[in-house]
Amino acid sequence: MTSIVIRRRLYAAAFAFMASGALATSAAAADAYPAQGEQAETGVRRLSQEQYRNIIADVFGPTIKVGGRFEPDIRRDGLLAVGASAVSVTASGLEQYDQIARSVASQVVSEQHRDALIPCKPAKANAPDDKCAKQFLSEAGRLLYRRPLTQTELAARVKVANDSAKTLKNFYAGLGNSLSTMLVSPLFLFRHDVAEADPAHPGKFRLDGYSKASQLSFFLWDSAPDPVLLAAAEKGELHTADGLNQQVDRMLASPRLKSGVRAFFTDMLSYDLFPTLAKDAMLFPKYSSRVAADAQEQTLRTLADHLVTRKGDYRDIFTTGKTFLTPQLASIYGVPLPTTDGGWQPYEFKEGDPRAGLISQISFAALHSHPGRSSPTLRGKAIRTSLLCQKVPDPPGNVNFTAVQDTSNPNLKTARERLNAHATEAMCTGCHKLVDPIGLAMETFDSAGSFRTTENGAQIDTTGSLDGKDFTDAAGLARALHDSSAATSCVVDRVYAYAMGRSPARGEKELLDQFKKDFAANGYRFPDLMRRIATSDAASRVGQPQMGARSSPKSSQLASQTSATENSQ
Amino acid sequence: MIPMHHVKRRSVLRGVMGGAAVSVGLPYLDCFLNTNGTALAATGTQLPTRFGTWFWGLGLNPGRWEPKDEGKMTEMGIELQPLNAYKDRMNVFSGLKAFLDGKPLQVHTSGANAILTGSVPRGQASLPSIDTIVADAIGTQTRFRSLEAASAGNATHSQSRRSGAVVNPAEVSPAALYTRIFGAEFQDPNASTFTPDPAVMARRSALSAVIEDRKSFEKTLGAADKARLDEYFTSLRSLEQQLDLQLKKPAPLEACTKPADAAETPVGTEIEMVKANHKIFAGLLAHALACGQTRVINMAFTDSTSSLRKAGGHQTHHEYSHEEPVDAVLGYQPTMAWFFGEVMTSFAYFLDQLDGIKEGDRTLLDRTLIMTGTDHGYAKLHGIENIPVFTVGGANGRVKTGLHFRAVGDTVSRIGLTVQQAMGVPVSTWGTESNQTSKPFADMLA
Repeated sequence: MTSIVIRRRLYAAAFAFMASGALATSAAAADAYPAQGEQAETGVRRLSQEQYRNIIADVFGPTIKVGGRFEPDIRRDGLLAVGASAVSVTASGLEQYDQIARSVASQVVSEQHRDALIPCKPAKANAPDDKCAKQFLSEAGRLLYRRPLTQTELAARVKVANDSAKTLKNFYAGLGNSLSTMLVSPLFLFRHDVAEADPAHPGKFRLDGYSKASQLSFFLWDSAPDPVLLAAAEKGELHTADGLNQQVDRMLASPRLKSGVRAFFTDMLSYDLFPTLAKDAMLFPKYSSRVAADAQEQTLRTLADHLVTRKGDYRDIFTTGKTFLTPQLASIYGVPLPTTDGGWQPYEFKEGDPRAGLISQISFAALHSHPGRSSPTLRGKAIRTSLLCQKVPDPPGNVNFTAVQDTSNPNLKTARERLNAHATEAMCTGCHKLVDPIGLAMETFDSAGSFRTTENGAQIDTTGSLDGKDFTDAAGLARALHDSSAATSCVVDRVYAYAMGRSPARGEKELLDQFKKDFAANGYRFPDLMRRIATSDAASRVGQPQMGARSSPKSSQLASQTSATENSQ
Repeated sequence: MIPMHHVKRRSVLRGVMGGAAVSVGLPYLDCFLNTNGTALAATGTQLPTRFGTWFWGLGLNPGRWEPKDEGKMTEMGIELQPLNAYKDRMNVFSGLKAFLDGKPLQVHTSGANAILTGSVPRGQASLPSIDTIVADAIGTQTRFRSLEAASAGNATHSQSRRSGAVVNPAEVSPAALYTRIFGAEFQDPNASTFTPDPAVMARRSALSAVIEDRKSFEKTLGAADKARLDEYFTSLRSLEQQLDLQLKKPAPLEACTKPADAAETPVGTEIEMVKANHKIFAGLLAHALACGQTRVINMAFTDSTSSLRKAGGHQTHHEYSHEEPVDAVLGYQPTMAWFFGEVMTSFAYFLDQLDGIKEGDRTLLDRTLIMTGTDHGYAKLHGIENIPVFTVGGANGRVKTGLHFRAVGDTVSRIGLTVQQAMGVPVSTWGTESNQTSKPFADMLA
């Protein structure tokens, strides 16, 4: 690479996006602000499992299977996309990447696929062929590395192909070996931003064209740039406003935008927790891993349909009755579907139905519950942290929870009664005030997301309030979320952090305020928000903004959000 | 002392590079080290020392596990009864605590961090866990630097980490762990024939191209990113080493037998499922040690907020810890006691697997040191005082056993320091802030 290489530096400290200053009181909040002079690098991000899969499908087609276990991602500041800037590859993780890579490579060079995927034929199948190896590796390499290979890089890969072909007396096995080393290379597994001098601002730096292309495509499509975008990068078009807008328009109009939007919400809504979510089979016989998968798909489909296809108002995701169901989900929701052919069908919950919007869906109710019972505390906390970007402090030490939820106590039949008994303890009241009035409104949904009106024979009281707004049930809570400025502010912060792979820095508050204003002015259209961020200067800036050496403890709420969590109650 | 000739490594390289390409054998320290114990065995010295950790969540019921007497144990507390067969081959530590130094308590993690990393971090930054430190000292020449398994179905239950963000993921499927260790790439040390696989040779040489990719990253990489890339390349080196070992005929290991194939099993948090998977993991890990595949194993029976549950139960082990009242008559939480009984019985089963493998005149357990980890001394109140920790095994005669060390108010990191010294890590002080200690349990070191 010939471009000048300077890291994109930004201070780790995120500033607060607290809707309510009252939440910013925890001592834990001070945890994550960096020591003086400590800086966070944002330039190297590990591909997510989904991005890996998407790239393989884009480059080699969907018939190539990607099997195996991926290294777990780490959530930081509410997003795996931010954690991707902190993780590396462990020895056992690399072992797995190596296995996956060898399996992908052997499929690509197999007799079944080689004619379609390798653009040339070797002179002899049992010997090296320099020319054909070079052609395939430079073309595939450009897509996998999201930039052309340097002469040295290409020569090294061709040599591997040739040497291996000689050892194994097989051109294709040699080529597969070389491809496999590309797939385990840090140049593939990590996104690596490269900076170059910015002619428009002498003395400053910007992302080079290819890094910008990756920034756009991982953000909007959750995958590597396609050939058209790479070509635009190569020609320098992404450095002009026209060229950039043209590409972003094209990407927003593509059906692949839905993959990008789904990937964002999969991250924001913590769907990575689903594979290890347990529900007791005796208590919830209808719940299964299939139902869990369908429940996620229901929400993602609904979001993609509402936000992308219908270009709907973001706030309506909390209240819309329009969704999609499978017969299995319909049976848990207890509603009839027009046909029972097993596929996805549109369905609309009517006005007044307790099922209104995101939080009433099985995916939300079930994910934030215990294996054997619902949890107002977990649900309230999830709404605060995931949907409103607020911090709920961990419970303090030395708390006696015995009064909390002794389900066998005949006097404490409902979760509300049990929690009230517990929250009379002064040290507990503070946090429970934050989460319980929200979570208790959702008590009509059990641990697996089924609707109920009673618990242990007692009527469930679903009244509550969100930041001063009273409601009588989950639908009322949904309306309060719809009208909450914290909810729209939160999604802007999250989308920006997701795109950049880091939490917003202190010096970016004005910028984010502007994004928020524009989001409102455009009727809270999600693709417009993505466009605004994708085409902003911030997205291609390097070494900005200039900031003080240290943020105040109060300003590190987001950064400390993912500290150890206690999930009792 | 023989005076050294002043020929520097670098000038040797320069001389070579200036002329024709020849292969030069530079002194390679690792070649003096024993790769699988048999070199030593052949010369009559002992088989290698191994290390392991065994982690469970929520501690034990206070007052029900501590041995009666200090020093030589005559009787352990009731909740340790499942381990009675190992009383004379284990050590129990009581009274030890984690110091927060004004940092907020991170419930269920601060205590575990103090035991396993000698430090209570702020936020997620974390120092390396003790098993990775020991592995770097004793495990660099085996196929796997360490092996991690978690029996409650979640790869992130692993407590083994090189830093806060570099956590060695645990295998959650016994069948997958079996394939990883004893699948097609396993070289049986006792096989009569050996033919290096040309495909492995080709893969091994291909990896050199990946090492070259380092150059494509920027020279001015920031410290954090540089460390992450370094971690990647350390992992790459492990991968190369695995392939190197596959190309060499392994020296015979008398105690090594290839275990029977592990079938796919259901994975989850229901306690019978967890126990069944743990049993298979225990057997596989013991065999991996005996077959020279690794010297360090890490078993996470549960995570710290133990999600164990009985089939059909409304509450998990963790929920019980906080919500079950202390029985007025018994004076403890009875359901918790039941869970702890299950946990300690499983730990005994784990030890049985190691003890069931004969290596020369002793058992594998005698050549191993297992250290336990947990999160709280009294989970009900998130207490981090009097955290129960044990070591089991003789570490090849390097530690004395059958002892109870009571050190009320001392930092729990004293155990980790002692263990490192027993395993030959050259360290005299370990831990940070008030959890820093220079005081090993000297009476444990042989």
